Amino acid sequence: MRTFALLKSPAVRDSLGIGVAVGAAGLAFGTAAVAAGLSPAQALFLSLFAFTGASQFALVGVIAGGGSLVAGVLGALLLGARNTLYGLRLADLLGWRGARRALAAHGVIDETAAITLAQSDRTSARTAFVTTYAVLGSFWVVTTLAGALATERVSDMDAFGLDAVGPAIFLGLLWPRLREGGGRAWLIAVAGAGIALAATPLLPPGVPVLLAASAALVALVRPVGTAPTTATEPAEEARA
Amino acid sequence: MTLWIALIATAAGCYLLKFAGLSAPRRLLDNPWLQRFATAVPLALLAALITVEALRGDGQALSWDTARMAGLGAAVLALVLRAPFLVVIVAAAATTAGLRALGAG
Repeated sequence: MRTFALLKSPAVRDSLGIGVAVGAAGLAFGTAAVAAGLSPAQALFLSLFAFTGASQFALVGVIAGGGSLVAGVLGALLLGARNTLYGLRLADLLGWRGARRALAAHGVIDETAAITLAQSDRTSARTAFVTTYAVLGSFWVVTTLAGALATERVSDMDAFGLDAVGPAIFLGLLWPRLREGGGRAWLIAVAGAGIALAATPLLPPGVPVLLAASAALVALVRPVGTAPTTATEPAEEARA
Repeated sequence: MTLWIALIATAAGCYLLKFAGLSAPRRLLDNPWLQRFATAVPLALLAALITVEALRGDGQALSWDTARMAGLGAAVLALVLRAPFLVVIVAAAATTAGLRALGAG
């Protein structure tokens, strides 16, 4: 009966929903990783330890394009830097120290931040964080392995349209940010795409994407959106 | 072997970035420049990744693949209809695969 009562808590319900839905996207990661030439063990390693979708996809994307590994790692870390910002916001709300904080750090990603920051008190914030982290994390790891093992048996990636999976994933990650960010967000995205496109024929794979990060400097000229306080709220941003 | 080093570096770096946020002094959050830049970087990077992967050819060449672009169109349509993440991905792959089976692209 206690489980039943727990399920009625909005913090747990939201966390379960997001955890299952997003965790299942590990299938797409396992697929993309093996299509890029990683072994299932390597795909699993990234999902277990890097545990931040966009960075993982960015790294295997560069590997698939035959790009330099250094550029791939740098791109992944640049994308992972937004988790630092989530951590800053979560620190006071969760209020963990020592070993607990060290363990919780691993779980700081878009979805756990969005769900946790939507809670008003520490107890429900901790419940929401732990539930989302546990459910999403275990789904992500298991579906990564499933996607990787299934893709290993596919001989012709293109026949299954797997080359469309990578860009579709990035589109799915970008979309909620564009919707929340308004005109300024579109400007930064279009500038980033333009820089990458212009640089691709000239520079080794992976480098044009790094160069595109400079488009974010546009954000420093004037605030993103009309109300900076809401435009930078990850709880709004990631809920889509 | 070098690939493993890249994977380990990525995993370690991603963890340290998360840990730094949870441990850093909170007044860093009050810096509006840092906030804006950190919010904008993923926008630029994700848009760049979409473009580069959608138009990937051999090596550094760009190429237009009609079946792949139609797959991306299907993904956009699914996003407009507010479909779940996984449906968006499957729509893209299925459209691309379907068109190729029909001989396009």
